[in-house]
Amino acid sequence: MAEWIDAKPKNKAAAWLEERLPVIGLVNNVVGVDTPTPRNLNYWWNFGSLAGLMLMVQIISGVVLAMHYTPNTLMAFDSVERIMRDVNYGWLIRYMHANGASFFFIAVYTHILRGLYYGSYKAPREVLWMLGLVIFLLMMATAFMGYVLPWGQMSFWGATVITNLFSAIPVVGDSIVTLLWGGFSVDNPTLNRFFSLHYLLPFVITGVVILHIWAKKVSDSGNPLGIDVKSSADQIPFHPFYTVKDAFGAAVFFAIFAAFIFYMPNALGHPDNYIPADPMVTPDSIVPEWYFLPFYAILRSITFDIGIPFTDVVIIPAKLLGVLAMFGSILLLFFLPWLDRSKVRSGKFRPMFRWFFWFLVIDMVVLTIVGGKKPEGIWPVIGLVGTAYYFAHFLVVLPLLSKFEKTLPLPESIANPVVKAAE
Amino acid sequence: MTMKLAKNIAIALTAVAGLAGAAMGAGAAKHPMQMEWSFEGPTGTYDRAAAQRGWQVYKNVCSACHSLKYFHFRNLADLGYEEEMIKAWAAEYTVVDGVDDAGDPKERKGLPQDVFPSPFPNPEAAAASNGGAVPPDLSLITKARHDGANYVYSLMMGYEDAPADHEVPAGKNYNPYFKGGNISMAPPLAEGIIEYEDGTAGTPEQMAKDVVTFLMFVAEPKLEARHHMGLNVILYLLVLVVVLYFSMKKIWKPVKEGKNFYKK
Repeated sequence: MAEWIDAKPKNKAAAWLEERLPVIGLVNNVVGVDTPTPRNLNYWWNFGSLAGLMLMVQIISGVVLAMHYTPNTLMAFDSVERIMRDVNYGWLIRYMHANGASFFFIAVYTHILRGLYYGSYKAPREVLWMLGLVIFLLMMATAFMGYVLPWGQMSFWGATVITNLFSAIPVVGDSIVTLLWGGFSVDNPTLNRFFSLHYLLPFVITGVVILHIWAKKVSDSGNPLGIDVKSSADQIPFHPFYTVKDAFGAAVFFAIFAAFIFYMPNALGHPDNYIPADPMVTPDSIVPEWYFLPFYAILRSITFDIGIPFTDVVIIPAKLLGVLAMFGSILLLFFLPWLDRSKVRSGKFRPMFRWFFWFLVIDMVVLTIVGGKKPEGIWPVIGLVGTAYYFAHFLVVLPLLSKFEKTLPLPESIANPVVKAAE
Repeated sequence: MTMKLAKNIAIALTAVAGLAGAAMGAGAAKHPMQMEWSFEGPTGTYDRAAAQRGWQVYKNVCSACHSLKYFHFRNLADLGYEEEMIKAWAAEYTVVDGVDDAGDPKERKGLPQDVFPSPFPNPEAAAASNGGAVPPDLSLITKARHDGANYVYSLMMGYEDAPADHEVPAGKNYNPYFKGGNISMAPPLAEGIIEYEDGTAGTPEQMAKDVVTFLMFVAEPKLEARHHMGLNVILYLLVLVVVLYFSMKKIWKPVKEGKNFYKK
């Protein structure tokens, strides 16, 4: 557990302020550059700070875009085109923001997968993990509403499909949908509230990010070996070691980000969103952004009702079941610290777990592909198998592994990563 | 149980690979012809001569039916036209601008800051004149279709006789590059409909190529600035990557040597 350090600032003015409001000490204690950090963090640990940087990129570019954007169904599309054509560097800011969403998700998905592999969700980091999931959920809501704002065909029809999901909820479903729409179809009130919330949520995310970093500080960073810090020999100061390493990673990440902004700015988008929204014309296929595809595949994989066998009694209709599966696939992750009870954190020392981890990664890739296809032919079957494995991984495989897996011997310490002699 | 699942996944993956090729069903549009374009690639720019010829094609052919509502006459300056010329072109059109003292709509000659006037006053009028189909606005057409530039080119050059088993409804034309194959637009380009100002032979291929270059310019007017800035940004970042890499190696040396930074 990290200690709280009450250091008095040397600078007189800073000391004066500190006596009245100990804000410098607070910041130093939570994100201080001297924070002792495990000395063995690998490059997978870069993605947390990258996600933080992308949040800042999105907020700054988004605030500027909001100065030029008009949230009105008659003017939204035109105002985006005006940004692209007549606002100084508007094309740059918009392409940064649109591709920034994708790169934010790339950073966050990598960060989550790193957590899954190295057991970052295990005690004492359960709250840290759950705060991360809250950020993820908020990001999904923010990204979804942001995609609606240009008011292109995919914006409109994506909004229609996704908001309609809530109608599957028994009793209150239709009321929720009306509330989301602000009326009886996706229209101007919908666009207005989505714009308002799209502007609000990033600041809520920022708040949860602060809690997330605070929780990290209290429970210390995990590390690739998954063993606790035993002595100061296991640690190094955050600065300059991880500042320079994070900066190096950020430069590489931003070079790739720039390649998309400047040379393939529309590669991750859908051409239909350059067609103004038309409630009378349904697009050929309605596909969400790539980062939602696995969850979209899970949603669509359920095409059967659950009822009492040999009767016509339906207990859970297919649509509700699909919605439950989709939300369940993320909510499930909140219980991960208790589903995986293996004492060993890092996948490095869990030979069986490692296999299943990569199965899960492949499964997510398959679900991403399925989510982008029309539900015809073999695709729904693959989607169902993929969904089944996803849930089986967390509900069956991990609990069983925690019981039966023979883990490898753990090293003695981070500073001395030699495996203890067998006793 | 898990092994069985793994096996199922393996089977599913094989099926994916096998079926990917067979996915093209009936009604799917033909894959567009792949042409070479001046604006492609990281150093791509708009071939000015082609874009200027394309403007001539758009103005004399396409604009009879298709609007270009995000394109202002002033944007033509980016294609290298003189202001006088742009003013003269704009003045060929009459636009409605506000009302006079009696409250009646006031008409004036077009100015460079005006958008290119639409051929029809509203979508209903456009549909009525075109057998029920509204000709789409072309401002973003090359970005609003998959493989847009090649698609628009293929659509203009792709008219052919319908196969025996394909029935074309009255008032439609067969074009395999169009989804469903039946397009309302008649073949727009024919030999000799344009006499190019620069003396280039006005073959349909030439006109199609030129007008696509022009339309890409209309859809993505900042492409050249983007490509240019991108080169600088990426070069800068690559230098930064190298500098930071070696800084990191140097700073981390004592860590790699096992130094304890907290030993008193």
